[in-house]
Amino acid sequence: MSDVSQPAAHPPVTDWVNDFDHTDPQWTDDPFPIWEELRAASPVVHTGRFLGCYMPTTYEAVREIANDTEHFSSRRIIVRDVRPEVARNAAPPITSDPPVHKPAKQLLLPPFTPDAMKKLEPRMRAICNELIDGFIADGKVDAAAQYSKYIPVQAIAHMLGIPESDSDLFINWIHMILELGIKDENRLLQAVQEMSAYFRTHIEERRSKPTNDLISYLMNAKDKEGQPLEESHVLGSLRLLLIAGIDTTWSAIGSSLWHLARTPADRERLIAEPGLIPIAVEELLRAYSPVTMAREVVKETTVSGCPVKTGNMVLLSFPAANRDPKMFPDADKVVIDRRENRHAAFGLGIHRCVGSNLARMEMQVALEEWLKRIPDFRLDPAGTVTWSQGTVRGPRQLPFLLGKAM
Amino acid sequence: MTERLRVRVDPDKCQGHARCKALAPELFELDEYGNAHEAGDGTVPPGLEDKAWLAKSNCPEIAIDVIEE
Repeated sequence: MSDVSQPAAHPPVTDWVNDFDHTDPQWTDDPFPIWEELRAASPVVHTGRFLGCYMPTTYEAVREIANDTEHFSSRRIIVRDVRPEVARNAAPPITSDPPVHKPAKQLLLPPFTPDAMKKLEPRMRAICNELIDGFIADGKVDAAAQYSKYIPVQAIAHMLGIPESDSDLFINWIHMILELGIKDENRLLQAVQEMSAYFRTHIEERRSKPTNDLISYLMNAKDKEGQPLEESHVLGSLRLLLIAGIDTTWSAIGSSLWHLARTPADRERLIAEPGLIPIAVEELLRAYSPVTMAREVVKETTVSGCPVKTGNMVLLSFPAANRDPKMFPDADKVVIDRRENRHAAFGLGIHRCVGSNLARMEMQVALEEWLKRIPDFRLDPAGTVTWSQGTVRGPRQLPFLLGKAM
Repeated sequence: MTERLRVRVDPDKCQGHARCKALAPELFELDEYGNAHEAGDGTVPPGLEDKAWLAKSNCPEIAIDVIEE
């Protein structure tokens, strides 16, 4: 191959306010003080990196942008070094703007309602317990690699009707798209092509043998005119469901366990009051929101009084919004029973995460089953916790010792 | 004097986060897309007032009104 473009190295950041970079190791390790510094400087900051990118730093500025589909397009939703041409039907509806967005979104919503998720719950409990069976006798575990990671993969594989045993294949595609793809176009394209080929095979199989899963559901779906969806739309939505459903919830479960490993008081409270777990899940989602989205400025406007110009991307950091002390008292503290919590972990406005009910159910079940069987655990001082870089933040290595400390 | 409360969901603002249904299942219903509307005419039965306020203060889209009558 002659066209082997090497990913560009990013120089380390020395001036966060005027030159931020969400792929910098300092951001990956501990973004919270950085967001505080940016918020103190301005409700909207700008960097020349990524061919020009803004970042709203307050909850209010994030809400303004999320609700303004006239000036901010979703055709590009990852801030990257390059801006290749936008593919039609890239991953509808997450990459769609009005008026195309609504019908594409409505198509995906019915299989993800809270009632639909209740039917999936017994399978999720079984998955969690099978995973715990695999390591509980060892006295130690990498809770990211051996537990959190496999829960959402197996859930979405189950819903799509593809083998749960293909999990590692999916995880590798996601790593190529969401992490390596920020700086390396070829890796991203390779992953997208491999995913499309994989799903085409499963679509073919279902033509002669229809099934009762999400792939068949999308194959049989009709658009407003009663016509079947184009193949590119079906493939785009399938790619979206696979990508969006996995390392996001993997990260949220991992961050929650990381917090509980370091905070025995919260752990003991949830064991004593398991009914509090759904409320705790909301607070953990607020404090450790995994997902940062993006928009592209398509029309000049102002946000919280700051001018924004076309041609720039916007890093839409729901995690930073959720740490805004103007919106959340004690924003940097995990208040495990926080009563008022309008957190934006699943986005705001028309692009609210389709899988939010699935993610919540997975988190609740993952924590409930873990705490029932492993009430005592702590970080392994001999190991290292590592965090993912870029668009989705969560622990990728999370070494725990299980049982009471001696 | 007992004060009566009613809840109301603004269908143009609701995006289906379903927080209200989780916190106050007696007061809200979800449609086939998971978007919320008030149960019945939205009247809050005695004893559920706290849940009405809780639902309002947890709606990320600020789509819920609690009306004091």
